[in-house]
Amino acid sequence: MKYKIFAGTCLVLIGIFLASSFYFKDQQAKQYDFMAKHNLSTFVREHSKSLGNSDAKVLLVEFMDPACETCAAFSPLVKQMMADNPGKIKLVLRYAPFHDGADYFVKILEASKNQGKYWETLKVMFDSQSEWASHSSPQPQKIWQFLPEAGLDLERIKQDMNDPEIAKRIEQDIADAKTLNVRKTPGFFVNGKPLETFGSKQLYQLIRAEIKAKY
Amino acid sequence: MSQQEQLSDENWTLLFITWIIATAAALGSLFFSHVMEFAPCVLCWYQRVCLFPLVIILATGLFPFDKRVVTYALPLAIAGWLTAFYHNLLYSGIIPQELQPCSQGVSCTEKYIDLFGFLTIPMLSLLGFSTIITLLFLLKKRTSK
Repeated sequence: MKYKIFAGTCLVLIGIFLASSFYFKDQQAKQYDFMAKHNLSTFVREHSKSLGNSDAKVLLVEFMDPACETCAAFSPLVKQMMADNPGKIKLVLRYAPFHDGADYFVKILEASKNQGKYWETLKVMFDSQSEWASHSSPQPQKIWQFLPEAGLDLERIKQDMNDPEIAKRIEQDIADAKTLNVRKTPGFFVNGKPLETFGSKQLYQLIRAEIKAKY
Repeated sequence: MSQQEQLSDENWTLLFITWIIATAAALGSLFFSHVMEFAPCVLCWYQRVCLFPLVIILATGLFPFDKRVVTYALPLAIAGWLTAFYHNLLYSGIIPQELQPCSQGVSCTEKYIDLFGFLTIPMLSLLGFSTIITLLFLLKKRTSK
């Protein structure tokens, strides 16, 4: 009898847990959906850098951090997905500099816009990341020895990166990340839909589903 | 049913309720971290270290009923309660945050939820541990007669 009561209670508790999880995720999805329809600017700001066909019907928003290893690992995957579906995906990059001192790298990246070398700089950052962004001993200054590979004028970067406008953009991105519940990087949204569970397969599936729905 | 049996049944029920509270609290904390995706701060982790084993220990004491379960469960519950108490002091600003070590990573004073103006996550933890301790003491008193 007691065993039965115990087992029954276990089932009830787990059932409540699963039901409320399902309910919460469902509500959250509705909320994202609403924001994607009515507050699109939370996903895409004027300053946000984008890649791909501007008329693409699949909008992939990525909240990232130049010092985040998983973001670096995802970068070629995202490019591959875009190459596999030419003209159908537009990638928008947002910042969520969660690593300690990561806004330093975001400032450099933003400053590279003035020289028209944004994507080149990002690639150099991701490729050399392990040298300067190690978790145990981060050496942010080491990034400067890699930046010339992107063809940057370093003196100009040093001047431009302290532009208060850049700090404002970072603040805006962090605020939007908070609104959208992005707590880990990279944080992906495909037409306003977040990944239910994290992973490259899941991202691929979500993108494929959106392409199927829109094209 | 003899009076003795009835008493022991009541004790079993008391321990069973304590177990339900611990399990509900553990599941609730998993809900916050896995479903709502709130990253647990250092202090939250210490409280979880005390809470999660209680689910197992209390359940073990149920089959067969063993009154010594109180001896094993109470220290964990008290350690959890103390951490929760400290966490609440930090959270409400009675102890200033600069004095404690978890300012990097996830802040221990970042407010995630606030139900009815006072039910924050550390407050839920404190209430949970308080209830568990009270019930365990009650059980101790009843079984040591």
